[in-house]
Amino acid sequence: MSENPIKMDEELGMFDKPRNVKRLLFTFYTCVALLLVVDLFYHKHAIFAWESYFGFYSVYGFVACVILVILAKYVLRPIVMRKEDYYDD
Amino acid sequence: MTIDALPPALIMILGGLLVPLFKGRARQVWLLALPIISFANLLLIPQGSHWVYPFLSDHLVFGRVDKLSLIFGYIFHLVAFLSALYALHVDDTVQNVAGTVYAGAAIGAVFAGDMFTLFVFWEALTISATFLILARRTEKALGAGFRYFMVHVAGGLCLLAGIILHVSQTGSAAFDLIGLSGAASWLIFIGIGVNCAWPILHPWLTDAYPEATITGTIFLSAFTTKTAVYALARAFPGTEELIIIGATMAAFPIFYAVIENDLRRVLAYSLINQVGFMVVGIGIGTALSMNGAIAHAFNDILFKGLLFMTMGAVMYRTGKINATDLGGLYKSMPLTCAFCIVGAASISAFPLFSGFVSKSMVMEAAAHGDMRWVWFILLFASAGVFHHAGIKIPFFAFYSHDSGIRCKEAPLHMILAMGISAALCILIGCFPQYLYKLLPYAVDYHPYTASHVLAQTQLLFFSALAFTLLLLAGIYPPEIRSINVDADWIYRKGGALIYRFCQWAFDGINDWANRIFAQRFPQLLAHFFEEPGGNFQKYGYRLWVEASGINRNQEKVDRNIDRRSRNAAYPVGGGVLLAVMLLALVSVVLYLR
Repeated sequence: MSENPIKMDEELGMFDKPRNVKRLLFTFYTCVALLLVVDLFYHKHAIFAWESYFGFYSVYGFVACVILVILAKYVLRPIVMRKEDYYDD
Repeated sequence: MTIDALPPALIMILGGLLVPLFKGRARQVWLLALPIISFANLLLIPQGSHWVYPFLSDHLVFGRVDKLSLIFGYIFHLVAFLSALYALHVDDTVQNVAGTVYAGAAIGAVFAGDMFTLFVFWEALTISATFLILARRTEKALGAGFRYFMVHVAGGLCLLAGIILHVSQTGSAAFDLIGLSGAASWLIFIGIGVNCAWPILHPWLTDAYPEATITGTIFLSAFTTKTAVYALARAFPGTEELIIIGATMAAFPIFYAVIENDLRRVLAYSLINQVGFMVVGIGIGTALSMNGAIAHAFNDILFKGLLFMTMGAVMYRTGKINATDLGGLYKSMPLTCAFCIVGAASISAFPLFSGFVSKSMVMEAAAHGDMRWVWFILLFASAGVFHHAGIKIPFFAFYSHDSGIRCKEAPLHMILAMGISAALCILIGCFPQYLYKLLPYAVDYHPYTASHVLAQTQLLFFSALAFTLLLLAGIYPPEIRSINVDADWIYRKGGALIYRFCQWAFDGINDWANRIFAQRFPQLLAHFFEEPGGNFQKYGYRLWVEASGINRNQEKVDRNIDRRSRNAAYPVGGGVLLAVMLLALVSVVLYLR
């Protein structure tokens, strides 16, 4: 939705006032929870069967990002990370 | 030729080459006017094939105008104008010329009706793009520009080999549906793939784009890869290999993007990720998926350009682009920050932003084709792109820890360019029917169903939740000053290795040859010819001694020879005898011949 511009306005004060950060996070968690609750009452029109399981998109989005970060940090980074002058002979 | 228009690419390319004639304000007006005039010219051209000239056994076609080439033509003109506006402060003839010619070459390529014309514009893209990279004039940019050029020349030659083979086999140079069958089509396929940044062929993009000039990157992000997407859509729709290639492209760059420190390089990785969606769409090859791929190319040019513009503005004002150096800029550059968030929301496919109305077309086409693994990978990529481009870019540049940098807001022309791009992203997101009307196939697609909106919002919010929790828990990978090796390691380190091997091998031979032929041998000869007659006798006598076994006092003989030789005390008859013998020998040889 048009969450983004609103989020930005709230974040304008976030570094100066930790209270605002808390408020922002609280609002965000509420939205997340509400989105999950909506899933209970609304049946999505799905092409694949699993799309209509409860919370499929929510769980997938969350798990995908956690796996992404874990793999990138603990698997990819140790393999590919080099010093900034690696290619400077 | 009954139409009163010029070939589509002519105005931009000729106009670009004339840029050096203008100075100051006049040049700015000229640079802004060119895309507008060229666009007006394009509108005058009716659909069909125009500017057809006989060439070898076939024809060159400079203006094949149909719905597929037109939509790319429109967006290329639009982004050429926006890039020129964004780059209005740049008073560097190299960049001014290269940028305009580059846009013109891309326009020429999408309207080319035959493969030879396509190839010429294809190479023009490479050359002009290289100058946009070199124009940064740093050592890194020189290196990256050189590698960019080499990779694209190799890709271009592959394409040319395929074209020549194809033309000699089929007898037709028309650039239409080719499909994968036989060596010629594979060569063309891979040649296009280099420009499309396919996995393993991709590192030129992530290597060079972040090293180009601030404004050059805006041009670069729009044209090369999208021209390749157009070429694939024209020649290889429904090629199944593209589904695998595209799915890989959509997935692997997001891992790199998560750990990358240079924010423009993060965007370069997400550029590959977005092109992956288009390639999958072309690979599926249904009307819905093709439309999705093309609509997504249209949108991506706008929102990716917008994101590069905002990062460019940050770089322009702060001189920094690494996440480790930035943060807290929302106070200094609130407008740029807002535009960046619009771009981030668009690339993440938030409802009401442009990505939402095109990315899902490809996803839905994959679902209709029951390609579940592709669908899962694309869904993963959708969550991932929000993670790195949607959140990471704005967060580390404008929020995160306060870097203490206080700078001015971006200059007015940059604000305008970003503002127009952002407005278009929202406009297309809210009124997708205007974009859909331009698509080559009839569309019956409605992105704004309650299911779709809910599903996408859930996906994105829970991705954001993962980001937030990982960040608060300290698990999110900290930004580290570093580089990450990619497939370019093969030719960057491999190239150095070959260089070192050649140095060792050829320098060795050179050294050896120098020692033997330039030093030892002349030395020996010089020594011998100090006293040629005496030496000849001495060595001859030694040979005779060895052979006959008769041993007289060698030292005494040598002394005698030396003495006679120094005093030139030879009997005259000896010399005459030698001369007669030589003449006799020559006579015998001549006679025998």
